[in-house]
Amino acid sequence: MSKRLLSLCSLVMVIAVVVGSFAPAARAQEDLSGEVEIFSWWAGSEGPALEALIALFNEQYPNVEVINATVAGGSGTAAKAVLKTRMEGGEPPDAFQAHAGQELIGTWVAADRMEDLTFLFEEQGWLDVFPEGLVDLISTDEGIWSVPVNIHRSNVLWYVPANLETWGVEVPATWDDFLAVCPTIQEAGVTPLVLGFAWTVYHLWENIAVGVLGPEGWNGIWTGETDLMGEDFLKVWDTFGKVLECSNFGEDNETMEWDKAIDRVVDGTAAFNVMGDWAAGYLTTTRELVPGEGFGYAPAPGTDGTFIMLSDSFGLPLGAPNRDNAIAWLTVLGSKEGQDAFNPLKGSIPARTDADVTNPELYNAYLQSAAADWATDTIVGSLWHGAAANEQFTGNFGGVVDLFTASGAPEAAAAAFVELCSTSGACGG
Amino acid sequence: MYNRKDKAIAFLMILPSLILLAIFVYYFIGQTAWYSVSDWGTDPGTALKKGVEKNYVGLDNYHTLMSSASDYEFRVAFTNTLFFTIFFLGACLTLGFFLAFLLDQRVKGEGVFRTIFLFPMSLSFVVTGTIWNWLLKPRGGLNVLPRKLFGADPLEYKWINSDSILFKFEWMQGGDLFYLAIALFAFALFTYTAQKRHLSWMWVAVAGVVLWLISSAGFWNNIWLPIDKPNLDIGTYNGYGYHAALSGIIIAATWQMAGYVMALFLAGIRGISEELREAARVDGCTELQVYLYIILPQLRPIALSAIIILGHISLKIFDLVYAMAGIDNTDVTVPGILMIKGFRSNEWARSSAVAMVMLFAISLVVIPYLWTNLRTEKQ
Repeated sequence: MSKRLLSLCSLVMVIAVVVGSFAPAARAQEDLSGEVEIFSWWAGSEGPALEALIALFNEQYPNVEVINATVAGGSGTAAKAVLKTRMEGGEPPDAFQAHAGQELIGTWVAADRMEDLTFLFEEQGWLDVFPEGLVDLISTDEGIWSVPVNIHRSNVLWYVPANLETWGVEVPATWDDFLAVCPTIQEAGVTPLVLGFAWTVYHLWENIAVGVLGPEGWNGIWTGETDLMGEDFLKVWDTFGKVLECSNFGEDNETMEWDKAIDRVVDGTAAFNVMGDWAAGYLTTTRELVPGEGFGYAPAPGTDGTFIMLSDSFGLPLGAPNRDNAIAWLTVLGSKEGQDAFNPLKGSIPARTDADVTNPELYNAYLQSAAADWATDTIVGSLWHGAAANEQFTGNFGGVVDLFTASGAPEAAAAAFVELCSTSGACGG
Repeated sequence: MYNRKDKAIAFLMILPSLILLAIFVYYFIGQTAWYSVSDWGTDPGTALKKGVEKNYVGLDNYHTLMSSASDYEFRVAFTNTLFFTIFFLGACLTLGFFLAFLLDQRVKGEGVFRTIFLFPMSLSFVVTGTIWNWLLKPRGGLNVLPRKLFGADPLEYKWINSDSILFKFEWMQGGDLFYLAIALFAFALFTYTAQKRHLSWMWVAVAGVVLWLISSAGFWNNIWLPIDKPNLDIGTYNGYGYHAALSGIIIAATWQMAGYVMALFLAGIRGISEELREAARVDGCTELQVYLYIILPQLRPIALSAIIILGHISLKIFDLVYAMAGIDNTDVTVPGILMIKGFRSNEWARSSAVAMVMLFAISLVVIPYLWTNLRTEKQ
C-alpha cells in the first residue's frame, strides 16, 4: 500500500467517524416532532429567562412545540401542589422544575417516579463540566436525577460600605465577630441584622449552622455523622439565639418580605442582611445600585470558602408522554448556550464551570465574583431551599425554630431537631 | 297534596345535583376521613409512590395532633380558631347592633350610610387582608396617623406582630377546659330539651355531671396523657393562649363583616311593629328600656342566624390569615394554613386529620342549626 493510499484511507476514516458522530444527532433534531410540556413556576420577573430558553430550544428543534405550563405564585408552593396532584393522577408533564437535591430526591426519586439521567450526563460529558459537589447533591447511589439550570448562593451578607464606615464597623468574618460589633451598631441606633418573614429566619439558621460547623460538619448532619446533641451543634443554636437578639426578630420581622428587609439596609436603618443572591438582582435592577459601591457583599460570617448553593433543575418523570422531546429539552438546559441564555436574565450563575461567566455583557460584577467562587469553593446544599433535606424535614423545620425561640434552650431545640430527623428520615441512617 | 307523578318529576329534577353532591362532597369527605385514619405520608419515602399501600392506624394521627410535643402547631391553630371565633363574633355582633341602632334613629341619608357600611363585604378576604396589613404594620398607616394628624409621636402598638400572649394556659389544663366546655354545652342542650319534654331538672343536672366526669377523666387522662409523655424531654411549647397578634386579623375581619350584621339587625328592627314600641313607651319605658326589653328579645332569631353565618366563616378562615401573615407565622396560624403546609411536606394523613377536626368543629355549629330549621319548617 502506498503512502498516499494510506493517508487517503485514514482521511476517509476520519470523515466517516466525524460524519458518523454528527449524523445521528443531526437526524434526531430533524426527526423530533410533536410537543413537549415544560412544567415550572417561572412567571413574572423570571418569565423572560424561561422564554429565552424556549426560544433557543425552538431554534434547535423547530418541529417540536413547547407547551409552557407555568403555575405562578409562592416561590413554587402552588406549582408543587399542582404537580403532586398531576403525578398522583397519572398525568406527569414531560419535564418539571424542582429544586436540585433532596427536594426532588426525597419526594419523587424516593417514590420511584423519576428516570435516571446518568446516560445523558455521560453522553453529553456533563460529569466533567458540573462541579463534583453539585453532582453529589443531585445523585443517589442509584443514579443522577436532574439537570441543574442555574445556581444561586444562599450565604451572602449584604451591607452598604459607606454606612459601615460611618459607624466604624468592619465586615465580620465570623459570627463571633458579628456578635462583638453588634453593641457598637446598636449604640448608633441601628438594627445590626435585619430579618423578614419566618423563612428568612430559617435561611439565617442554615447560614449560622454552616458558619459554626463548617462544610464537613454541615454535611455530617445529613449523613448522620455530626452529633446532634454534641457541643458544636448546641453552639449553633446558642449562636443563633444571640444573633436573633441582635436583630429585629420579634419586633417587626413578621411583617416584611425579604426585599423590604433589605430595603432597611439600603436606607441605613439596618447594618446587615443575610439573604440569597437573588438580592443582587433586586439591588441592581429595582434599586439601581452599583455592586461594590451602592451595596457591598461578602460570604456570610464563617462561611468564606464555602458556597451554600441552591439550584433549579429539571427532571424527567417516568412515563413522560414525549420522552425523546423531553430529553432534547434537558440537553438544551445543560448545554453551554442554554445556561448562558438563561442565567443572565434570571440573575443567577450557570451551573457549568465552562460557561461564559467572564463576559461583562452577560454577567455583572456580583455574578462574576459568585461564579469565580462557584468554581473554587467547597459546595454544600441549602436546607431551606431544598438541596440538603427532604420536604418533610424542610416543611416542619419551622416548628423546631419556634420551639427554640419559645424556650430559648439549645438542648430543647436540638432534641426537637433529632426527633424531626427520625420522623422524616432526612439525617442518614 | 302532591301526586306520585309530581313527586317523581321533583326527584328527577334534583337527581343530578344529588349525584354531584354525593361524589364531590360526601364521597370526598369519606375519602378524607379514611386518609385521616391511615398512615399515608407518615413515611416520606412512600408518600407519593404509585399505588402505595395505606394502612389503617386507628386514631393515631389525631392522638399525635392533640398530644405530641412537635405537633404543638396544630394545637396553637386550634386555640387560635377558638379565640378568633369568640372575639370576631363578639365584635361583629356588638358593632353591627350599634350601627343598626344608630341607623334606626331616622338619620338623613340613611341609604348612603347603609351602603358605606355594607361595602367592605364586597371585597374578598385577600384584598381586605392586604389593605389592613399595610394599615397595621409597625410603621404603617394606623401607627403614624397621630403624627400625620397632630404631629404627635407615632404609636408603637404591634397590631399584627405582637408576641405577647394573653389568657395563657397549659395545654393539659386546656384539655380540661375544652371538655368542661363540651360538658357545659351538653348540659345546656339537656336543659333545653328537658324543658320541652317536661322532665324534672334534677335528672338533667345528674346527666350533665355524669357527662362531665366521663369526658374530662375518661378522654383526657386515659387516652391523651400516655401519648404525651415520651416527648416531654423536648420541652413543651408554652405559647397556648390568646396571641395578641391575632388582634389585627380580628380587626380586619370585623371591618369586613360588621356591616353585614348591621344589615341583618336593621332589617330585624324594622320588622318590629311600631305599635309595640308605642305601647312600651305609653307604659313608661325609657328609650333604653325599649331597646333592652322590647327590641333585643325580638332580634334573637336574627342574632342566631348571624352567629351561625359568622361562626362558620371564622371556623374555616384561611384566606385572610394567609394574606396577612403568610403560612409560616405560628403565632396566628389556623387549621386551614396547616393543610397547605401538608402539601408542602407530603403529610397527607396528618392534613386529613386536621381537615376532619375542622369539619367536626363546623358541624358542631351548623348541624344543630339545620336541625332546628328543619323542625320548624315541618311544623
